[in-house]
Amino acid sequence: MPGPIQSLERAAAILRLLAGGERRLGLSDVASSLGLAKGTAHGILRTLQQEGFVEQDPVSGKYQLGAELLRLGNSFLDVHELRARALVWTDDLARSSGESAYLGVLHQQGVLIVHHVFRPDDSRQVLEVGAMQPLHSTALGKVLAAYDPVAHSEAAEGERAALTGRTVTSAADFEALLDLTRARGWAADLEETWEGVASIAAPVYDRRRMPVGAVGISGAVERVCDDDGAIRPRLVAAVRDCARAVSRDLGAGRF
Amino acid sequence: MTDTPNGTAADSADSGSSHGSGPFIAAIDQGTTSSRCIVFDRDGRIVAVDQKEHEQIFPKPGWVEHDAAEIWTNVQEVVAGAIRKAAQDIPGFTPADVKAIGITNQRETTLLWDRHTGEPVHNALVWQDTRTDTLCRELGRDVGQDRFRATTGLPLASYFAGPKIRWLLDHVDGLRERAEAGDILFGTMDSWVIWNLTGGVNGGVHVTDVTNASRTLLMDLRSLDWDQDILDAIGVPAAVLPQIRSSSEVYGTATIGGLEDVPVASALGDQQAALFGQTCFSQGEAKSTYGTGTFMLLNTGSTPVDSRNGLITTVGYRIGDDAPVYALEGSIAVTGALVQWMRDQMGLISTAAEIETLALTVEDNGGAYFVPAFSGLFAPYWQDDARGVIAGLTRYVTKAHIARAVLEATAWQTREIADAMTKDSGVELAALKVDGGMTSNNLLMQTLADVLDAPVVRPMVAETTCLGAAYAAGLAVGFWPDTDALRANWKRAAEWTPRMDGADRDREYHNWRKAVTRTMGWIEEEEH
Ligand SMILES: Nc1ncnc2c1ncn2[C@@H]1O[C@H](COP(=O)(O)OP(=O)(O)O)[C@@H](O)[C@H]1O
Repeated sequence: MPGPIQSLERAAAILRLLAGGERRLGLSDVASSLGLAKGTAHGILRTLQQEGFVEQDPVSGKYQLGAELLRLGNSFLDVHELRARALVWTDDLARSSGESAYLGVLHQQGVLIVHHVFRPDDSRQVLEVGAMQPLHSTALGKVLAAYDPVAHSEAAEGERAALTGRTVTSAADFEALLDLTRARGWAADLEETWEGVASIAAPVYDRRRMPVGAVGISGAVERVCDDDGAIRPRLVAAVRDCARAVSRDLGAGRF
Repeated sequence: MTDTPNGTAADSADSGSSHGSGPFIAAIDQGTTSSRCIVFDRDGRIVAVDQKEHEQIFPKPGWVEHDAAEIWTNVQEVVAGAIRKAAQDIPGFTPADVKAIGITNQRETTLLWDRHTGEPVHNALVWQDTRTDTLCRELGRDVGQDRFRATTGLPLASYFAGPKIRWLLDHVDGLRERAEAGDILFGTMDSWVIWNLTGGVNGGVHVTDVTNASRTLLMDLRSLDWDQDILDAIGVPAAVLPQIRSSSEVYGTATIGGLEDVPVASALGDQQAALFGQTCFSQGEAKSTYGTGTFMLLNTGSTPVDSRNGLITTVGYRIGDDAPVYALEGSIAVTGALVQWMRDQMGLISTAAEIETLALTVEDNGGAYFVPAFSGLFAPYWQDDARGVIAGLTRYVTKAHIARAVLEATAWQTREIADAMTKDSGVELAALKVDGGMTSNNLLMQTLADVLDAPVVRPMVAETTCLGAAYAAGLAVGFWPDTDALRANWKRAAEWTPRMDGADRDREYHNWRKAVTRTMGWIEEEEH
């Protein structure tokens, strides 16, 4: 095992120093308190600043702890906040696609549905908020497994039951699917969970570009796919637009 | 912040059912904190939005004013902004694709201006402004609050426009003489926006619609005309008053840049516009808007229903020459505001949405009930000596139980209004259509269905207020053929069905009402 990394130790020392009694310190205070060369201290401070852990007062040039550090402690994005932010965009997704829209997050070994918008026809539908869906076969689940390492290990190590004749169950095939998902930025489920049902999903990111959930639509395979059985590009575009819009609302930069 | 939820690549790539081409309707929402303009397509989908806040002016405690000139500038800006965004997002869009403009507005906010210069004579007095409290008590004489209720449907309260006009006439030097000479015009914000839109000093039309007029305390609900006896009693010269028109007809054509010659074709107070946008066109249909406070309106059909249970009788809308449609209105002062209080004053949550997360960590309220009578009890009790109470506390109760009680407070207050509506109108609530910021709270919506014992439904277009104004304007110019076409546009985004056991509901309601009685009489006479 390699020894401790000196620059990380120094960065930690700087953070502790800034967290102590005095709130703002100049570069020379930091350097002298820790016995560092000014150039070294400056390099570390600048890196910490880029990461948002340290902020520099524009007037005095002094350093203080950054807002990112506070967020680190409760970084978990509240799922109800996520729903509130997604509301108008998912309404519009359901409306433009003509299918039901869903927002899912990883919960234990599956996908928890945190938001559901009805298909915009007059049929009777039941709200599925709070339901769980499988990680390995649904479009929402595949997106989570492709982008969120925790979801990936749950899906990779868990049982991948053959829910229909089309469910992908072997480890190699499943990993290939996730590679494809990452390569094109969205996932599909063509009757892999329920006979007759096809779904499309794309990832939602927060302001640190962490994947926090997946948004998608689900509907009869005849509507979601064209006559050749291929997913309609218009629907893929609608889902990806929605995912981008929600991510933007959460503060993720343009991408 | 005024990004639109559509008009994106998906639409232009392959338009299918989307709004690739016009025509369109524009709605202006002149609200309490901001002015907005939204452009809608024929399916009622949002094509473009622009919004701008205006200053809240607080000259004294309890006084709230708006600068009407600033508001008119903002309205012009947001109209131009929305048109510009539509042009960016929709290939081939031209302003000529906008077939009509509809207006919705903060209700009761009162303005007087000079008809020759177009200059306001004073800042607008906002509906929340309480400076006419004493005047209203004086006007009540020995009869009290209900002196004009039989004619107007309203209690004598400081919200309404009539007493605000009187205050301005009494307090602005020489104004009464100018008003009596016919040099001064009165309007709620609909009238101000329409007068300016249609030319201002150069031939602007001076009109209001029945819904806005029904909030002045000056209109007879049945004749839909100004009531001379009340005008005399309050001291408002008829010369200042706009003509009362229906909510859906062409009042004139716009003269502002970008939208020359487009018909200005609807006006509705904001809550009535939401009723219209929710397509509550049949007797017995109701909507409730859950924001800072909550406003619930029940369509009572072609007859105004007098309330003996503390509700307001108001005009719901009138389409052209059709018979007017009336509504009962109940308002709740503190709903979303209680969630904000939990966040800002108590620090128990960091965002409003987290109230749901906290509440879901427990199964029930643990015996706690929260009655947020922060400034007294409103409908149906009307007791200003009441103050807030959290009842039923034991050592067992945690912050999570209080969070439950906070959400339940909104549900039970709705139930009390719904019960009052049923008593007054004889109509059982079949379903409740909801909108507003709190509808993103799934637990609250389920709780609401449970305590009402009726389904709660959320529509797919959240902007029901602007949509209502757009609908009324579109009907007036034949953009939509009839209200059935509008109903067909209404799409259910979610529905919550009651799951609560009847005995549990009865027990909880009983406890809630017990908690309500604990709030009463807290303020004693000398503290008033
Ligand atoms: N998820 C939620 N749960 C509970 N209350 C909420 C939630 N989201 C927003 N609110 C409340 O809704 C109100 C904002 O709704 P909005 O319709 O924007 O109100 P307004 O138009 O009155 O400003 C705030 O009082 C806020 O506390």
